[in-house]
Amino acid sequence: MDLYEYQGRDLFERHGLPVLAGGVATTPEEARAIAERLGGRVVVKAQVKVGGRGKAGGVKLAEGAEETVARATDILGMDIKGHTVHKVMITVTADVAEEYYFSYLLDRANRTFLCIASVAGGMDIEQVAADTPDKVVKAPIDAVKGVDEAKAREIVTAAGFPAEVADQVVEIAVGLWQAFVAEDATLVEVNPLAKNGDGRMLLLDAKISLDENAAFRHPDHEALVDQAAVDPLEQAAKAKDLNYVKLDGEVGIIGNGAGLVMSTLDVVAYAGERHGNVKPANFLDIGGGASAAVMANGLEIVLSDPAVKSVFVNVFGGITACDEVANGIIQALALLEQRGEQVAKPLVVRLDGNNAEAGRAILDGANNPLVQRVDTMDGAAERAAELAAAGV
Amino acid sequence: MAIWLTKDSKVIVQGMTGSEGSKHTRRMLAAGTNVVGGVNPRKAGQTVDFDGTELPVFASVADAMAETGADVTVIFVPPQFTKAAVVEAIDAAIGLAVVITEGVPVHDTASFWAYNVAKGEQTRIIGPNCPGIASPGASNAGIIPADITGSGRIGLVSKSGTLTYQMMYELRDIGFSTCVGIGGDPIIGTTHIDALAAFEADPETDAIVMIGEIGGDAEERAAEFIKANVTKPVVGYIAGFTAPPGKTMGHAGAIISGSAGTAEAKQAALEAVGVKVGKTPTETANLMREIMSGN
Repeated sequence: MDLYEYQGRDLFERHGLPVLAGGVATTPEEARAIAERLGGRVVVKAQVKVGGRGKAGGVKLAEGAEETVARATDILGMDIKGHTVHKVMITVTADVAEEYYFSYLLDRANRTFLCIASVAGGMDIEQVAADTPDKVVKAPIDAVKGVDEAKAREIVTAAGFPAEVADQVVEIAVGLWQAFVAEDATLVEVNPLAKNGDGRMLLLDAKISLDENAAFRHPDHEALVDQAAVDPLEQAAKAKDLNYVKLDGEVGIIGNGAGLVMSTLDVVAYAGERHGNVKPANFLDIGGGASAAVMANGLEIVLSDPAVKSVFVNVFGGITACDEVANGIIQALALLEQRGEQVAKPLVVRLDGNNAEAGRAILDGANNPLVQRVDTMDGAAERAAELAAAGV
Repeated sequence: MAIWLTKDSKVIVQGMTGSEGSKHTRRMLAAGTNVVGGVNPRKAGQTVDFDGTELPVFASVADAMAETGADVTVIFVPPQFTKAAVVEAIDAAIGLAVVITEGVPVHDTASFWAYNVAKGEQTRIIGPNCPGIASPGASNAGIIPADITGSGRIGLVSKSGTLTYQMMYELRDIGFSTCVGIGGDPIIGTTHIDALAAFEADPETDAIVMIGEIGGDAEERAAEFIKANVTKPVVGYIAGFTAPPGKTMGHAGAIISGSAGTAEAKQAALEAVGVKVGKTPTETANLMREIMSGN
């Protein structure tokens, strides 16, 4: 989960790291209250998870409460590259003298964490690393030992931070590592880490990603999810504990296992090249169990997407036997009818693996006109694409 | 002789008394795996009956090893307790720990991996979030269905569970020496490269199927490794060509970040070193079938 800028600021503040005083507002009136609390000159910033908001007019200075209200009114509701602005962050202004860069992130290749630090901040760090590699320090962090003062000083020295800020950066490096671990983050990228005119260091802006697998020890993280920005179908799927990602095609996909479903999307897209360029409409992994109830929930979500013209159910019976899956599909269709859903879109079902013959016989016996059986993955994808193209 | 898991492997199960653990212990026994006991400190000293096979429960991995000579542990404990279970296995210096559990926080995995490295990597860790390892006809440690295929001379390494099963099924006419599901998390113990190296050295493996998916650069690094070290034929399959950037596709590690981790880049890297990459699982299986029939 990626955080908004204001959530990052709040998180740093909670962990005692130096940030600008500020708050977040969803209405001009809330903006007024924050401006009055902060006093003087403030900056009003659109909260969107996309770059280029400054150029789009999403960052404005304001003097006093009235002007803050006016700027917040301008920015709230603005569209920035397809993202509607629902919140603005308001902070006091900084008097930036120097900009540095500091981050901790997951290093998948080395199965550990990495610290990247540079005195060339405020820019795209990948660009800095490409142009002036000697200005970027990459230090592996031992996940058990972490970052103590000695390790932090080693990084700060290697990165060449000026002597007058070194002690402050060491303290921030240690505090930031503690926050990184405490919050189960996979990325905290502070850019810029700024030196203010008065010599104080500030974490001015940050990208933060949190590990959703660690949600069980962070009940507070759930509140950081911006429900308004989540696709309504994805929200509905999540409420039913389904692993669903909305895409923009016409062939609904249901399968078991993340890898097989990803592969199914690809195979459908290839087939679509021969059938009106139809594409997969979603990713939906119903997991190994694939019971009738889970199948019904999955079908309900996929069929409620108005863009879907056909559905491809692709199941490899590993632990689950295909006869159970077949029964699940038939029961799911009956269940949906009981719930008052009108199912009118064709379903192409491919069952293979454990008890496939019995499963196929059940589908044939049910004689449901909506259900078509194709016994190979590639053939079934072809058929589903063809049906979707015909229904578009 | 297969890799890492043979008919002589003695397997214990951490979490054997839980619902998933007991279900799969029963299945492993039915598949002919030499399961010799389980670990649960609260039930130490008891035995559990699996269709007539009485398995003892030990207080710790070290106890189980001392009593039974176990050299493999399969871990089914919930995510909250996985790190402690793996650390216990590392402390006991067991040869192989297969971590099935899905949903382990990446900080926990990074932490037990660092611990394993500090202890000299005496324990090979497979997973987490993986289906395990199967040497068909010999032994099965994890949740890979045992009846998909028999033994043969293909080695398989894959990030995905169901794609592993699919590929085993597609090539069941030829059979496999060992199938390793390495898992779909951002940090995993055993990598594609580890499995490729082991298959290259295994006299009972003639060719290798490698299945990857979007996210990270493990496949790209595997390609470099193949170029320098693998003489046996390798065919590849990559899932996730249609996955949008920034979205996690089921597996915690399956995410395209910016322009990194795309399926296109992985395919290109593999093809650049002479690995044939199939467009679909079936096409990939056919590429392998051509290689095996040419032998």
